[in-house]
Amino acid sequence: MDKIVIEHLSLNYSDGTESLKDVSLRIPANQITVLFGPAGGGKSTLLRCINRLNDLADVTMLSGRVLLNGVDVLDPHTNVTELRRRVGMVFSRPVPLPLSIYQNITYGLEIAGERRKARLDEAVERALRQVVLWDEVSDRLQDPAHALSGGQQQRLCIARVLALQPEVILLDEPTSALDPVSTFKIETTLRELRSELTIVLAPHSTQQAARIADTAAFFLAGELVEMQEGEKLFVNPKDPRTQDYIQGRFG
Amino acid sequence: MNLPKPFLTARQTQKVGYAALAGIAVLTVIPIIALFIYILIAGLPAISWEFLSGFPRDGMRSGGILPAILGTLYLTLGTALFSVPPGIAAAVYLAEYAPDNGLTRTIRIAMINLSGIPSVVYGLFGLGLFVLFLKFGTSILAASLTLSIMTLPVIISTTEEALRSVPTSFRVVSISMGASKWETIWRIVLPQGLPGIITGIILGLERAAGETAPILFTGAAFFLPNLPNSPLDPTMALPYHLFVISTQIPGMPIQIQYGTVLVLLTFVLGMNLIANFIRSRARARRHW
Amino acid sequence: MTSSNPSLESTRPPARRTEWIITLLIRVAGYLSIFYVALISLFLLKEGLPALTDVPLSSLAGKFWYPIEGYYSLWPLIFGSLTVTLGAALFAVPLGLGTAIFLSEVAPKWVKETLKPLVELLAGLPSVVLGFVGILVLSPFIRKAFDLPTGLTAFTGALLLGWAAIPTIVSIAEDALYGVPRSYREAALAVGATPWQVIWGVTLPAARSGVLTAVMLGIGRVIGETMAVMMVTGNAPVLPSGLGALFGPVRTMTATIASEMGEVATGSQHYQVLFLIGIVLFALSLIINITAFMVSNRRTQRVERLLS
Repeated sequence: MDKIVIEHLSLNYSDGTESLKDVSLRIPANQITVLFGPAGGGKSTLLRCINRLNDLADVTMLSGRVLLNGVDVLDPHTNVTELRRRVGMVFSRPVPLPLSIYQNITYGLEIAGERRKARLDEAVERALRQVVLWDEVSDRLQDPAHALSGGQQQRLCIARVLALQPEVILLDEPTSALDPVSTFKIETTLRELRSELTIVLAPHSTQQAARIADTAAFFLAGELVEMQEGEKLFVNPKDPRTQDYIQGRFG
Repeated sequence: MNLPKPFLTARQTQKVGYAALAGIAVLTVIPIIALFIYILIAGLPAISWEFLSGFPRDGMRSGGILPAILGTLYLTLGTALFSVPPGIAAAVYLAEYAPDNGLTRTIRIAMINLSGIPSVVYGLFGLGLFVLFLKFGTSILAASLTLSIMTLPVIISTTEEALRSVPTSFRVVSISMGASKWETIWRIVLPQGLPGIITGIILGLERAAGETAPILFTGAAFFLPNLPNSPLDPTMALPYHLFVISTQIPGMPIQIQYGTVLVLLTFVLGMNLIANFIRSRARARRHW
Repeated sequence: MTSSNPSLESTRPPARRTEWIITLLIRVAGYLSIFYVALISLFLLKEGLPALTDVPLSSLAGKFWYPIEGYYSLWPLIFGSLTVTLGAALFAVPLGLGTAIFLSEVAPKWVKETLKPLVELLAGLPSVVLGFVGILVLSPFIRKAFDLPTGLTAFTGALLLGWAAIPTIVSIAEDALYGVPRSYREAALAVGATPWQVIWGVTLPAARSGVLTAVMLGIGRVIGETMAVMMVTGNAPVLPSGLGALFGPVRTMTATIASEMGEVATGSQHYQVLFLIGIVLFALSLIINITAFMVSNRRTQRVERLLS
């Protein structure tokens, strides 16, 4: 089953940095879909379209459709707040909000109107257990979140998104600022989360893409070059450009 | 080759030049230090409980300055009431909402103009609008309103700067979790900018507290036997009182004058110190 | 599609209405500065413009400011303001710029960190305290030093106001100098210029628009200064004659408003003329500030700096 269907999506920014050119693809549910390719290829832009974070940017042209469960999220009548709760986003640098560990995780829930202490407590523990952070921080939930290490912060950021029980999480180079051990922990967590939700990830390296992808899509200069199962794509790409990139001839 | 030998070598010129600049800086700063020490030494003997808590007596030639102290307090609070809420709101607009266009540019020019208008012209304006046209009379209300317009640009610009210094990434994260723009401002941006905002408010009010010209015809009284009962009463105020006792009353004991200056300066500079303390403490604690 | 969550297509939830109102209030507050400037112009014009029709032109354009007998010439006051302002500028500009250059280019960090707060302290000094010190300390000194009949002169005012304008000049000029990219200086040093030559040949010229802004706003502050100038310049509204005028009493526009408005009848000719002076001052400050804004190269201004 396809969770997200993208049809003929094209986009330009006013400053001309990244763009998307007629991108169409289907993101299957309960899998890790990896969008990879050289910088500026349009991966981040595509991620930001899925939860409408591009609304914050200066977009000059936007056409096509992004269907989540068959509903076009680009429609101006979409309830963006609700969309962003269902489609969470994790960024390349860990950005804990300037609040306590506990408040970072309850932030989204409180915005959504949840006030019941028991529910919040429960959500915090569940989310922190999902990212294997609970044992490390359960005795200092009221400490400021910035006191955590970089790797812990990024796991907190993932937990923060998970607390909202989203259907999809989008991760934009989530381990680019982290050491190998933290990276490994996060990749393990993501594999386990697969059964509950759909994951779309822009990795910071081809190695990570190959390690983690169930399905992989290669982006170059705003175009989708090819997309297929990860195992096939990295072993036997169809397009020569993909092959060149994987083998390190450019990028 | 026989080049004419310069009067001074480049190095020597530099030495002389540096010394001259240092001399200028010292010339600027020494009087400042001297002034504060002088006022402190001359004013301290006048300070007593009776001076701070008593009413003026014998045509102000003895007694205390309580009505002036309280009056300045009232005016400062009144100014805060009318300048802080709109000032913060305007700063939020400029930092978070304003598009980069001609209208926003006009707002900025207007702010700079507001901050440059001579204080006595504010006094005229307050007289025309608040005292006469709106019929508030010479009152704390009219004076506070006048001072609040003068204070507004300081509060707006310092608050805007405090809000802008909050990293954009916090805003993006908050919005990516479903918060609206206002929820993001209310829950993240304003709390993080708070120390800067408070600093700006105090600096603005400090200026208002020391002003004389804007309250001359809008709310300040030469002498009042009683404390004001309502915001529609006029009031005595420290800066105006100092003006009165140092120029308008023959045979004024010098002690009382120095004491009044010291109290006024303590009030104003105390606010300045508090503002700087908040700012430096917030900077030390801040982790972004 | 199967979840029980609210649908993605749902339109505005009720919370949006509060938010809409708050955003509206914020927007209105944003425009407040423009509204206030307009309001100030309106009331100054409303009260002051009638002077042009009610007061005979021969009086306004005459030579005397003698309101009791109906002589309302602005010339003595304008000359008073001009004398004091020019005198103050002659004093403040070199001292202010020198201090700014010293702080930004020469002084070691600890010296800068000691001196700067002191200069800022001066900026926070209420005008009336300045006047008080002028009366008690500066004016007796000047009277003795120049052997004058009175120490309350234009020169006293110029000295005092010049000193008070220094923080404005230092603060803005230092900002401008600090903003000159390090690479400019390094390029000049690399070809053998001494640091001293770099200051005059590279840094100052590169920062000239900011330095000019500093000077203009410093002068703007002097023109608008009221209490101190009223207390120390002797309050004599006479046309200055020759250089000696600098050492005689004068009366500025600001001081005239401050000292006479309290005693006039609302709506009288005298009242109208005082507002007319207000219009002149208002227009002057607009011209100075808008020009400074333009000069400073569209750089976003920090109003707090301009104030001091």
